[in-house]
Amino acid sequence: MAESNKISVRNLNFYYGKFHALKNVNLDIADKRVTAFIGPSGCGKSTLLRTFNRMYQLYPNLRAEGEIILDGENILDPKMDLNLLRARVGMVFQKPTPFPMSIYDNIAFGIKLYERVGKSELNDRVEWALQKAALWNEVKDKLDQAGTSLSGGQQQRLCIARGIAVRPEVLLLDEPCSALDPISTARIEELIHELKNDYTIVIVTHNMQQAARVSDYTAYMYLGELIEIGDTDTMFTKPQRRETEDYITGKFG
Amino acid sequence: MTTLDRTRYLRRRVTNAIILGVSLFTVAFALFFLAWILWTLFSNGLGHVTTKVFTQMTPPPGSSGGLLNAIAGSLYMVLMATLIGTPVGVLAGTYLAEFGRAGWLAPTTRFVNDILLSAPSIVIGLFVYEGVVHRMGHFSGWAGALALALIVLPVVVRTTENMLQLVPNSLREAAAALGAPQWKVVIMVSYRAARAGMLTGVLLAVARISGETAPLLFTALNNQFWSNDLNGPMASLAAIIFQFAMSPYEDWHHLAWAGALLITLFVLGLNILARSIFKKSEAGH
Repeated sequence: MAESNKISVRNLNFYYGKFHALKNVNLDIADKRVTAFIGPSGCGKSTLLRTFNRMYQLYPNLRAEGEIILDGENILDPKMDLNLLRARVGMVFQKPTPFPMSIYDNIAFGIKLYERVGKSELNDRVEWALQKAALWNEVKDKLDQAGTSLSGGQQQRLCIARGIAVRPEVLLLDEPCSALDPISTARIEELIHELKNDYTIVIVTHNMQQAARVSDYTAYMYLGELIEIGDTDTMFTKPQRRETEDYITGKFG
Repeated sequence: MTTLDRTRYLRRRVTNAIILGVSLFTVAFALFFLAWILWTLFSNGLGHVTTKVFTQMTPPPGSSGGLLNAIAGSLYMVLMATLIGTPVGVLAGTYLAEFGRAGWLAPTTRFVNDILLSAPSIVIGLFVYEGVVHRMGHFSGWAGALALALIVLPVVVRTTENMLQLVPNSLREAAAALGAPQWKVVIMVSYRAARAGMLTGVLLAVARISGETAPLLFTALNNQFWSNDLNGPMASLAAIIFQFAMSPYEDWHHLAWAGALLITLFVLGLNILARSIFKKSEAGH
């Protein structure tokens, strides 16, 4: 890869208690590009994604070994401030998770965590984030309504807006469209295209067409191992490994 | 359908009819006694709930009066008990649901709390008598409030924990993913998502202590006169009902029925309120 790397994973092993879920994973995530993780259920793609913001740390008995270098800094270092890390590495989940508060407050919540902003600046930021997430026109007249009152697709765009409102450097998307209808999915894919100008995006998806449509690089994982990573066109036309080809062509998985 | 199938089908229908009949009977059985209790209360009490009940003090035998000092005493002590028990209970329940996920402290606390939850209230009264009344040398409203607070506490701990556990982890993860420290996740997200259920728990705890008599007999004792001094003995509706109902005087009996009806209506009202709050929040989701 000629481009600069935002994240470099070196010899990463991950354990759920005694279960060895990620086996010696090495890969690079290119800066300001979209990287997709594909593979059958249980292959470790979400687990890998959740090491990038150390989300696994919320639960006991989970541990990661190895190195994940984000801009020259090993984020697996125990001294790493988790909250600051997560402010830099945002995440959007499979199911929309609007907070039980107004649409406005859903966005403002994250901004107010690390920045001291005045009322008008906050208003601008909320509008900016909602514009970016292509939701502004639909909600601008009802910012004080509950976030839960929106439709599923709108809720997911609200969550993306919430994620980018804090201006992270990396955005992790964990199957962001799996609970959405095709129209909402298309809107979010368009959004990913736009967002990659400013953010490094890593997306986990079950949908191979989606990986092909949105990503610049694709990584195929199987049983906790990284089988292959390469630029998406090559991966979907002439993958190097037999296993990847079998999965992509539907012979397996 | 063959003959064999038809007999099997018939058997299932008969079984179904029997089980349905038994269930309906048990429901009717329970409702019958509830209706009977309410009917007795209303027929004996309603006629004696007059404005006097709310404006006059408990009378000596043979003269007319009301229940004002008992109503006020009950309200004082229930209020104080709620103010003491709720914050402690909410914080402990929060610890159990949000912070104590690993380690031995949370399971131990949960176990002890379950014991406290099922402890007979008379034991709690005796404990406060020994610990507070005996040491201070006199009965007091504070001792009564404390005994009631000890009953509120485990109820609030339990409902707070249960309601917080209903908050999906995905919501906590989403807040943590923005870089929110855990205390902020709890206050801004978990509490907001669980607030209706937590409030319901507090209301049900209030309903529970409103009618408690045993722990008050040892602690706040009783008082025939007006008192808003929590340092001295204090009247309560429950203790007055106990005293008046056991007495041989006709007019005291009437006041006891009136008091019993008032407590029941209060508890009924709290339950309806709790239900409607919980329902509204369910609908809002």
